[in-house]
Amino acid sequence: MDNRQKEINNLKDYKYGFSTDIENIQAPKGLNEDVIKFISNIKKEPAWMLEFRLKAFERFKVLKEPDWQKPKFPKIDYQDLYYYSAPKSMKDKPKSLDELDPKLLETYKKLGIPLQEQARLNGIAVDAVFDSVSVATTFKDELTKQGIIFCPISEAIQNHPELVKKYLGSVIPTSDHFFATLNSAVFTDGSFVYIPEGVRCPMELSTYFRINASNTGQFERTLIIADKGSYVSYLEGCTAPMRDENQLHAANVELIALDDAEIKYSTVQNWYPGDQDGKGGIYNFVTKRGLCKGKNSKISWTQVETGSAITWKYPSCILKGDNSVGEFYSIAITNNHQKADTGTKMIHLGKNTKSKIISKGISAGSSDMTYRGLVDISSKAKNSTNYTQCDSLLMGNKCGAHTVPYIKNKNSESNIAHEATTSKISEEQLHYCQQRGLNPEEAVGLIVNGFCKEVLQQLPMEFAVEAQKLVGISLEGSVG
Amino acid sequence: MKEQLQKDFYNSIKNLSLSQKDIEIKKFCLDSFIDKGFPNKKEEDWKFTDLNQIIKNNIGELSFYNDQASTNKVDTSVFVDGLEHNKIVFINGRIEKIDFEYEKKDQIEIIDQSETINEFENSNSLSDLNNAFTNKCFKILVKKSYQLAKPLIIYHTTNSKIWSKNINLRLNFELDKDSSLRLIDLFNDTSEKNFLNIFYNFELKENAVLKNYKVDKFENKNIKYSFNNIDQDKNSISETFILSSGSNFSKNEINCNLNGVYASAFVNGVFSLNNDKHHEIRSIINHLTENTKSYQLIKSVLEQSSKAVYQGKIFVNSDAQKTDGYQLSKAILLNKESEFNAKPELEIYADDVKCSHGSASGSLNEDSIFYLMSRGLSYQQSRELLINGFLLDVVEKITDSEIKNLIKNMLGIKE
Repeated sequence: MDNRQKEINNLKDYKYGFSTDIENIQAPKGLNEDVIKFISNIKKEPAWMLEFRLKAFERFKVLKEPDWQKPKFPKIDYQDLYYYSAPKSMKDKPKSLDELDPKLLETYKKLGIPLQEQARLNGIAVDAVFDSVSVATTFKDELTKQGIIFCPISEAIQNHPELVKKYLGSVIPTSDHFFATLNSAVFTDGSFVYIPEGVRCPMELSTYFRINASNTGQFERTLIIADKGSYVSYLEGCTAPMRDENQLHAANVELIALDDAEIKYSTVQNWYPGDQDGKGGIYNFVTKRGLCKGKNSKISWTQVETGSAITWKYPSCILKGDNSVGEFYSIAITNNHQKADTGTKMIHLGKNTKSKIISKGISAGSSDMTYRGLVDISSKAKNSTNYTQCDSLLMGNKCGAHTVPYIKNKNSESNIAHEATTSKISEEQLHYCQQRGLNPEEAVGLIVNGFCKEVLQQLPMEFAVEAQKLVGISLEGSVG
Repeated sequence: MKEQLQKDFYNSIKNLSLSQKDIEIKKFCLDSFIDKGFPNKKEEDWKFTDLNQIIKNNIGELSFYNDQASTNKVDTSVFVDGLEHNKIVFINGRIEKIDFEYEKKDQIEIIDQSETINEFENSNSLSDLNNAFTNKCFKILVKKSYQLAKPLIIYHTTNSKIWSKNINLRLNFELDKDSSLRLIDLFNDTSEKNFLNIFYNFELKENAVLKNYKVDKFENKNIKYSFNNIDQDKNSISETFILSSGSNFSKNEINCNLNGVYASAFVNGVFSLNNDKHHEIRSIINHLTENTKSYQLIKSVLEQSSKAVYQGKIFVNSDAQKTDGYQLSKAILLNKESEFNAKPELEIYADDVKCSHGSASGSLNEDSIFYLMSRGLSYQQSRELLINGFLLDVVEKITDSEIKNLIKNMLGIKE
């Protein structure tokens, strides 16, 4: 058996499907003001934060769950969820990694994120979020030297209230849509990043999310602020145990880029996708929005979406500053009964703004994939350009691939170009590869990787290798 | 609006000899429309075009009853010169003339179908309105293997006698095996502030060929909505061309079902808009069986604060392997205030298909203007030449040379 085959067999089953037996503190089941107060209290939050949450909750109460999306799902009972779950050992936060619960450390080791070693070897600063709380952040010292703040958001609320107060909710306000508002009301933890003026962050920052407890929703909130002239590259990875019920993950991510700043945000999303019959899996309903606030700023989203039973997210860029740039690179792969409705929004407000969208969708098995995007050039956004390309690949005749772009151009000096194609892997290409000695699976792997290359290139090195493998694995068994 | 609708409804059915059952059906449609109202932007299909608001702002109070007792005089000056053709004349929504003078009488049958009700896929509350208020509906049946010698022109004429009225029209066409029909819809309005609501249903049998050209060229202040439903059997071909220019507001919808193998559908459109006009084309091509083909090309030239919308959808069923679907929309925005919105959509459930779409919008290419000006043309001439070429591309897609020339003349396009 060759290496690839071995690797595939190894990974054929969702290898992150284990759960960790760990004692938890949970908020009472259900969603009401008391639960929100409980969360706020346990996190020792200041009054303004509680106010923020309650304001969002007020708004949430009048909102209805949206139903325009393509993948339909059974109604979620929001009163049947735990909104807060934390390992008991975290109650008094450990001061350093050595004090961490060994069970937690082991979990992250299994996930391939050995927090202790990582601190020494890898050169990537990691913030690990376990259920509702951030358990460890590595490389803190080195970052602090440069004035970079990288910590759990609950810590930032305590230690840097002026920054959090100023920017939290400035891109995704408490009056936003259903899931975003829910998050604003009950978010538990997440990462906070602040890059000071003129600093180029020396390493990749990374957050690792894990849902462990059953019946919990994970609501993390990430806030990244890049001050004038700074640069940061941020990575995000996610996994969850295999469970029969569907679990909800509704995160909010806010990015703010000031003058001349650049934020690069990469996601490799590998939540548990459910089993082959579509039972279980994560509902990944995430709101990600970036604001290019300053002149010449740039925000770039890269995502590889292979997991989750349902993925429903549109990382967006609001190009407010003149000459700002927004980019979106995406690979979304669905297999078995997975469903994805993903894409982006590029809202051009400033002059000379540019955006680029490259989206590659691959659907196999009985899955369904939708690209949904918006390009909106306002009447003031003179001289703006957008280029969109979305390609879909279909494997098998039970899956679906859809493209729903919305294109609005209100400015005569701006140009929009959009193209989309849908096809299957051509017989000629397969024949060519097989003729040269590849077996059909390898041939498909090669062609698919070529199809995705434009996006994979955008990922940081370590992630790119991982993602490339993930692309191959996700499609396992879909070629016949 | 509810009282007005009910009052006008009883006035209009009073003059018709309808059975109790027909009245009940019409009543049901009326209630359904009262319930839903005019489509507004909360409905996905009307996202870019809020008809409810447009009617409110442009017409205000609309009345629905038309006294159709007296005939209108047919003004022959509106007839197209230099092209021999058959005629159907609508004046203020009343059929005044059906004339197939160039055809064999026994090959075309005109059937009164006033009692039938339209139920279309992908339609909206306007079909209910249409069902409730249409008083005459004819079906034109082209018999087996008969190909009409001359095109049929339907004149839609309104005159200043009507004001703030809703006019509902309906026509059904059946093209039997191996038959063909060339149909031109010519809008000629000298009225203002009326709402025209037109439903056509086409049934194309094996090998039938339908060419439908909708020409809305003459300036008028009316609001138009037109819905074409086309069902296509094996090997049939439908070609739809839309020139969307004259009315203040217009929305054309095409719903095309490719039911038979090797059926193909072509939709081509030109928006040539100025002032505050707001036009939309929405097309839905349903590929329901294998080896079907569709092709769509929409081009827009937008001046002043005009607005054009194109919503095109290609749907491919899981049985529809070997589908070939293509869609392209291009727009030139000539003014700061003009706006182009597009939603080119693909919904695909079969894997062995070739589907693509493209959409581009922007200004006139400065480099091209420079090139032409450097060769001695004035700015205005260069601009005209470029726009001419841009639109010619679509007009050239018209497969009937007689009609192509007619439309070229109307648009003032030179080769």
